[in-house]
Amino acid sequence: MSAAHWRRAMNSAATAAAPTMRSPAARLPRARATSPASLPADAMPSWLARGVARIRPRHVIVLVALVLYPFVASPFFTYQIGAQSLALGLIALSLTFLGGYGGMVSLAQMTVAGVAGYGIAIFGTSSFPAISLGWPWWLAASFAIAAATVFAAAVGWLSVRTEGIYTIMITLAIGVAFFYLAQQNYTVFNGFQGFSKVGAPELFGIDFKEPVAFYFVALACALAGYFLVRHLVRAPFGVALQGIRDNPRRMASLGYHVTAHRVAAYAVAGLLAATGGVLMVWYNGRISPGTVNLAQMISILIIAVLGGMKHPVGAFVGAILYVLLQNFAIDLFIRERFNLVIGGVFLAVVLFSPDGLLGLWAKLRSGLIRPQTSQQKRRPP
Amino acid sequence: MSAPKRRVWIRTIVGAAAAGALIGSAWAQETLKIGLLANLEGPFAVPGQDGYRGAEMALKEKNGMAGGKKIEFVKVSSDATPDKAVAMTRKAVEQDKVQIMIGPLSGDEGIAVKNYAKTKPDITFINGSSGAQATTLSDPAPNFYRFNTEGAQWMVGLGEHALGKGYKKMFLISEDYGFPYSQVQGFMASYCAKGGKVVDKAWVPLGTKDYASVIAKIPKDVDALLVVLGGSDAVNFLTQYEQAGGNKPMVGGSITVDQTVLNYKGKRRESLLGTSSAGPMADSIDTPEWKKFVADYKAQFKDGFPSPSLFAYLYYINTRAALEALDAVKGDLSNGQKAYRAALQKTSFKGPAGEVKIDANRNGVGTTYITEVTKAPDGSFYNKVVKTVPNISQTLGLPEAEFKKMGLGSRDVPDCRK
Repeated sequence: MSAAHWRRAMNSAATAAAPTMRSPAARLPRARATSPASLPADAMPSWLARGVARIRPRHVIVLVALVLYPFVASPFFTYQIGAQSLALGLIALSLTFLGGYGGMVSLAQMTVAGVAGYGIAIFGTSSFPAISLGWPWWLAASFAIAAATVFAAAVGWLSVRTEGIYTIMITLAIGVAFFYLAQQNYTVFNGFQGFSKVGAPELFGIDFKEPVAFYFVALACALAGYFLVRHLVRAPFGVALQGIRDNPRRMASLGYHVTAHRVAAYAVAGLLAATGGVLMVWYNGRISPGTVNLAQMISILIIAVLGGMKHPVGAFVGAILYVLLQNFAIDLFIRERFNLVIGGVFLAVVLFSPDGLLGLWAKLRSGLIRPQTSQQKRRPP
Repeated sequence: MSAPKRRVWIRTIVGAAAAGALIGSAWAQETLKIGLLANLEGPFAVPGQDGYRGAEMALKEKNGMAGGKKIEFVKVSSDATPDKAVAMTRKAVEQDKVQIMIGPLSGDEGIAVKNYAKTKPDITFINGSSGAQATTLSDPAPNFYRFNTEGAQWMVGLGEHALGKGYKKMFLISEDYGFPYSQVQGFMASYCAKGGKVVDKAWVPLGTKDYASVIAKIPKDVDALLVVLGGSDAVNFLTQYEQAGGNKPMVGGSITVDQTVLNYKGKRRESLLGTSSAGPMADSIDTPEWKKFVADYKAQFKDGFPSPSLFAYLYYINTRAALEALDAVKGDLSNGQKAYRAALQKTSFKGPAGEVKIDANRNGVGTTYITEVTKAPDGSFYNKVVKTVPNISQTLGLPEAEFKKMGLGSRDVPDCRK
């Protein structure tokens, strides 16, 4: 079978799958219609008015809970569960954006995060002054994020000509290649050992390595990433991207530059993953090839799928479950076989809800409120 | 599922969780929790399990009690990455509130945990089986103790032994990370000082499968090979070297010719006879302490190895030291564990493979066993002890200033080529 045949087959498969994938866009008009129209349009700028009109009680509750959380929780829960979930969630969010809205599943998101992480260790300060350049943290962080974003765009540029499983394969190859490069190169990446003592900076008398301070840094980055994605998918760029996801040929014939949109999506996702990568390195205080190995690359996919790829919040929900399991599965009934518990939970979530935890939540909610009509509500004609 | 059914189901789960929490807290009351970190996943999952066994043996010898309190292990697991080791140590210390922490298993994990230990001055950390030199030599933590000796100490004396066998020029094949660097330094420190030469060094990445380019580089005129590889890397190298027609004698690192390698089948197996290596223990130590240790291990763990591994032994001596010091202070961990740490510093006992004690940097000073692969009457291969080198310090017998001048082992330290 020729490449052209494959491409056609993949395209028709994508079109067939499109109705189930379209729900975020499909939900959009309904959300607008039900929003309170009583706010005076001239009192504030239109984008702000639209933003305020979308706020629901549950948004306020979640936000307040997120802010109050570190003052209630122990330092362990603040740092290891809270901050780590936010950092991992941000990396997974980049995959949710790419996969859920762009239809491109990239396994290299952890690699992009790793490029940023290595960047901050190399440009900034670490335990290896022979390699690290010792720039101030803000310069190192911005260069690291910029470099990783460029890297992500390059990955995108290489892989956008492929589809489906081939995108996964090519991004997998790039990720594994980067892992071996980092492990075997001693002049730049310091080989197997990597870099340690790469901590968050001290600023205005606050040590951002402390759990509560670091939590708020992670929270700020995660919220910024979340709202960026929420904004983008409603903006013309995001709508065009979803159009390209559903039918690239039609979008091309309408005059959209499909490749450019896809590469841009990779770059945006790269920015998110890079920010998450910097947070990850600050969280661990170190980076080594183990941070970007195959298991870690796949864990980002697991997090995104666990949470659900239909809404950006899914990435963070998935990350919370993932981190909780990583930490507490060993305390459950079979200590020596705790990976069985982790695998079992992942399997159960995917088995009972292909849309991840978000899908489970939607099922549960529609079941509790209107058990009779849940079926019709989930599958709009 | 209908709504009432679901509600019953949820109630059952909540009830079960609450019951579980109650049982858990009632159990924890009159016990002292000790964190225990080894590996249940990743490349060291199998050795890691043996590490847990070693720790459990030490606790069982004391009938589960130390310092008048019942001891409960809070087991956590890493996958041999430093990130995971620190995360799991943090979980045990901050979430499960252990006051003494034993672990981790591998070298880079040890350095990472040592750095974490500095942020928790009220907790005492005792090593599991990690053997990186830097853990206690550069920037040590005052609350991190290691009763075992490390990678470089394990090779002391092997250099002279190789010279004694007439190996004047050698070629090095080694994995490219911290632990082999230490091992190679331990070998070279005495080997090179006494006139031996390592003409070239091949550093291969951990997990290398194809050694063709390395084998092609081996010069014809070397007397022997120094092979510091572990597990599957060692097996792969030996097989390919045999297929390429190589016949040089070999000197191995502490984990190169262990049971996994000796048990493999192939023509090359015969040529392993006479291969020397060195380590902090050996399967065939001829003392009553060691024989009792092996017998206890076999009796307690039906699913274990035929004989306790290096990891079981190292976790055993570290755990035993932790418990003996607890006995010495009668379980008193007050006042920032001051009394307990003083007791740890003084702890010294005759372990299964020689005396266990620590130096001023809280690192083990111990015995190294030089062994040679020998055929047993039943046809199986084992490592026969040919020489015992007691009282090896972390500076490899050199004065501290001289050792510091040499620096910690790395790709180019010591050089030994000239």
